[in-house]
Amino acid sequence: MNLTLRIWRQQGPETPGEMTEYRVSGISEDMSFLEMLDTLNEELILRGERPVAFDHDCREGICGACGMVINGQAHGPERTTTCQLHMRHFDDGDTIDVEPWRAGAFPVVRDLMVDRSALDRIIGSGGYVTAPTGSAPEAHATPVPKEAADLAFEHAECIGCGACVAACPNGSAMLFTAAKVVHLNVLPQGAPERASRVRNMVETMDAEGFGGCTNTGECATACPKGIPLTGIARLNREFLRS
Amino acid sequence: MSYLDYTLGEPVADTAAPAGPIEQRWQQRRFEAKLVNPANRRKHTVIVVGTGLAGGAAGATLAEQGYHVVQFCFQDSPRRAHSIAAQGGINAAKNYRNDGDSVRRLFYDTVKGGDFRARESNVHRLAEVSVEIIDQCVAQGVPFAREYGGLLDTRSFGGVQVSRTFYARGQTGQQLLLGAYQALSRQIAAGNVEMHPRTEMLDLLVVDGRARGIVARDLVTGEIRSYTADAVVLATGGYGNVFYLSTNAKNSNATAIWRAHRRGALFANPCFTQIHPTCIPRSGDHQSKLTLMSESLRNDGRIWVPKAKGDTRPPARIPEDERDYYLERIYPAFGNLVPRDIASRAAKVVCDEGRGVGPGGQGVYLDFADAIARLGRDAVEAKYGNLFEMYERITAEDPYTVPMRIYPAIHYTMGGLWVDYDLQTTIPGLFAIGEANFSDHGANRLGASALMQGLADGYFVLPPTLNDYLGRTKLDAVPADHPELTAVEAESADRLNLILAVDGDRTPDSFHRELGELLWEECGMAREEAGLRRALARIPEIREEFWRRIKVPGTGEELNQALEKANRLVDYFELAELMCLDALHRAESCGGHFRTESATPDGEAARRDEEFGYAAAWEFTGTGTAPVLHKEDLVFEHVHPTQRSYA
Amino acid sequence: MVMASATRTNRTTRTPAPGRHPSSLASLWRSSVGKKAVMAVSGLVMLAYLVAHMLGNLKVFSGPDDINGYAHWLRTLGQPFLHYGWFLWLARLVLLAAVLAHGTAAYQLSRRDLKARPVKYVHQRQRATYATRTMRWGGVILGLFIVWHILDLTTLTVNPAAEEGHPYQNIVASFSTWYSGGIYCLAMLALGLHVRHGFWSAAQTLGANNPRRDRGLKLAANGLALLLTAGFLSVPVAVMAGLVR
Repeated sequence: MNLTLRIWRQQGPETPGEMTEYRVSGISEDMSFLEMLDTLNEELILRGERPVAFDHDCREGICGACGMVINGQAHGPERTTTCQLHMRHFDDGDTIDVEPWRAGAFPVVRDLMVDRSALDRIIGSGGYVTAPTGSAPEAHATPVPKEAADLAFEHAECIGCGACVAACPNGSAMLFTAAKVVHLNVLPQGAPERASRVRNMVETMDAEGFGGCTNTGECATACPKGIPLTGIARLNREFLRS
Repeated sequence: MSYLDYTLGEPVADTAAPAGPIEQRWQQRRFEAKLVNPANRRKHTVIVVGTGLAGGAAGATLAEQGYHVVQFCFQDSPRRAHSIAAQGGINAAKNYRNDGDSVRRLFYDTVKGGDFRARESNVHRLAEVSVEIIDQCVAQGVPFAREYGGLLDTRSFGGVQVSRTFYARGQTGQQLLLGAYQALSRQIAAGNVEMHPRTEMLDLLVVDGRARGIVARDLVTGEIRSYTADAVVLATGGYGNVFYLSTNAKNSNATAIWRAHRRGALFANPCFTQIHPTCIPRSGDHQSKLTLMSESLRNDGRIWVPKAKGDTRPPARIPEDERDYYLERIYPAFGNLVPRDIASRAAKVVCDEGRGVGPGGQGVYLDFADAIARLGRDAVEAKYGNLFEMYERITAEDPYTVPMRIYPAIHYTMGGLWVDYDLQTTIPGLFAIGEANFSDHGANRLGASALMQGLADGYFVLPPTLNDYLGRTKLDAVPADHPELTAVEAESADRLNLILAVDGDRTPDSFHRELGELLWEECGMAREEAGLRRALARIPEIREEFWRRIKVPGTGEELNQALEKANRLVDYFELAELMCLDALHRAESCGGHFRTESATPDGEAARRDEEFGYAAAWEFTGTGTAPVLHKEDLVFEHVHPTQRSYA
Repeated sequence: MVMASATRTNRTTRTPAPGRHPSSLASLWRSSVGKKAVMAVSGLVMLAYLVAHMLGNLKVFSGPDDINGYAHWLRTLGQPFLHYGWFLWLARLVLLAAVLAHGTAAYQLSRRDLKARPVKYVHQRQRATYATRTMRWGGVILGLFIVWHILDLTTLTVNPAAEEGHPYQNIVASFSTWYSGGIYCLAMLALGLHVRHGFWSAAQTLGANNPRRDRGLKLAANGLALLLTAGFLSVPVAVMAGLVR
């Protein structure tokens, strides 16, 4: 198929960017969206132009590196990561707008690549259990009710891609933060640091310049891993409880 | 002198493992190890390259102990290392099932699974440490699967007869990695780890014969600079991406270990690569990577191809008597459940005969029609629903009605930097952990053992042995203007400039694809002398063409992903050469290395212990010049080598 | 090319995350989550008031004496413990505090939200439900309406009848003009939308939501919004239709 791409090109965080139009042809519907961009980049390299920069790594939907806003939707029209989005979901002749995650807390590094280190700092401020290596008790010393284990897992699936922030009209990182808070706070291992964890993580989240949650639900709709919106309610409860 | 005329050097031996009963060696080693006074630890800087299971665990643990850790990853966050993609689980000899498991049995299974090409003392330690890993991960809040009583669930995996694999649905690697990442994040926030994301190691700094730092490039600004330290730990993973198409992440690469090899670290068993039989086949030339699907599918799926060559009818139109269920035919006892390497090779054979299915004839059917008829669609869905979904998302085919297509793909590399019992390479002060070293899996890795090894090395093995090194070694600070630093930085920059200066007419990916296809053909699932010689003749030609025709736009002083790719390729060419040479010299079949010349009468792998019962550790002598082979003789005191049979 | 040695010099020696913070209202107000909780609580206070207000309004249908008597009763409520009119003033104070807290928090949060995305998406697409998207403007409209409403029926400044102590007559007079009835009707529709998202959102913000309750809460929010809007609208509609005069 033949496509017209309008891609956000931006040299660096300080320079202004703009949408630039490219045409690609001979796109197979079995290609992933990133493979389609690979095709474009191969052409650009041969023309001596700078290829479009984008983050990607595992290309199987688990590392969380890739992510772009496609026609206004984080990760595009399917509920999956960009690397697992295939071109069969587009039609021949389509014009596709491709933009980076847009948030003040995610400065553009180049083109479609953004700096998501703010998410790492949220984790660093409390998204862990203090369990220095070697200090662990026998694994079966504390049974974990299956229900708690399953709930924890459901939230632990977050891949940290940042689609929630990109989709949120307020650029809020509440779903990301909630995923980690719920994962650790519902487990007995996470209980001792329960209060300080949620307080510190929310504080860091605010300090990084993410917006607040207005419960629009856009985050959970965009989340490729299906982290539930009710996770945010649990985060709020943990916060107020603390 | 041709590259093929390698010479035999002094044997290499592991001198770090204490003698005595194997069960007591690790305890003994830890007891003998020097300790560093906790107050003095902060004066020691340790560089850790990579943040996967091994690197993340090591960085967090060393920082907890008080060392100043400077850590690097090329990803934008330490959470994205490719350990995250491991699906199945992690082995540990907990014996929670009371099914006869023990440290000794895990040790035995791993040595046997590795086809008797691993070092016994290392493997025994791995089995010992495995139980501590589970404790540690549970304490970190890793959400392992649990039973209704709240206790940990396990499953059996990869043909072993006990249920010792702990798992977190199909995302065990992710959950374990996030556990390590969170521990690391805590240390980063506390200022104990200085984290450099989006920074790639380009070279190793060896000063006065010891590893004293690295040269790395900031991938955003292009700045190349030295980082010095008292010891360097490489946790940079395997080199499967040399094949271009593999289940590795796109940016996983061999540059760190290869540069260390060039600086004097021996590289062991490069030809030991593992191929996974159940991957989704490529759909065309645009394919950028391959996706693995759990091996468990072979429990209920039947593998077949058409009997006739070039049969392009849709599978439903091919009548039963025109189908060849080749695994069931050749291996009636094990059928579709033969080990990974056998299933993979058989698929290649039928495809080479022209009976492969799907685009390019590179695939075989994995058919669930019988399972659905026997168990009902719901039961199949309950078992494999998520895998079927993944398959359908990628291929747009519904595996409930159309048989899946699968094909083998490169998945893991058992070879790597040679290390002793302390995980130290032949360069003092340079340690290699996780998939980056060669230590524990011999010629073949068992399922769910990669995660075990990565975490064992990072959390429990490296910290005490590194302690010993730092406690024993007197190191002077390396001055910032040391000539070695300036020289290596310049060398790294020069190489990038040389690539940029070519300004030819071929992209980095086009070379990478060409190299990968060659390797896959000649040094993939089955290797034979003529093919390996062809590859060894061809690789220098491709390299030569690379230096004439490579095209990378932009400059080195900016973010330049094409330059990153091209730079990694330069190392892949040399590594590919060594892989082929290693495969050529090892004229036996063992584990993942199948030499067609060395087969039993019924076509199975035939090991030749008398001649090849060693680990091959290669010494670099220069690009294109013959390396030196150092043999480490493998002694089996506890597990007696036997030949596998599955017919 | 730059050269440097890593790097014992620029180490930060921050201590790991501290334990419990001092718990205080101020720190609650400082955080975005705390501020949302303030909005949720103040919103629920106003919502409770609105339900009572709406039920009171329905007395219009049982005649002037009933509603006028009810208005008088509101002033004598709590006597003799409270003086005449004190209850009403207390209620007004609580409401004023709620409106101020709700409005201030909304203003501050909105500013943070808008700042969080300095560069807008080029490709805009319709997001979320109408009720969700109109929370901010709906809130502003409701704020303006409250001012009008007080001028109209409390201080009677703009009321055509302006008979102190006779709410029935004032109501009928007010809703008999097209503009006053129109303003009122529009505001009540805005109120319905605001409550529809606001009630569920408050439950979510206060952590009362979970997967089992989610549907129920959304239904309750819709029901409440519908009930309030219908209840409030019934009065002006009845006046304009001539059923109440």
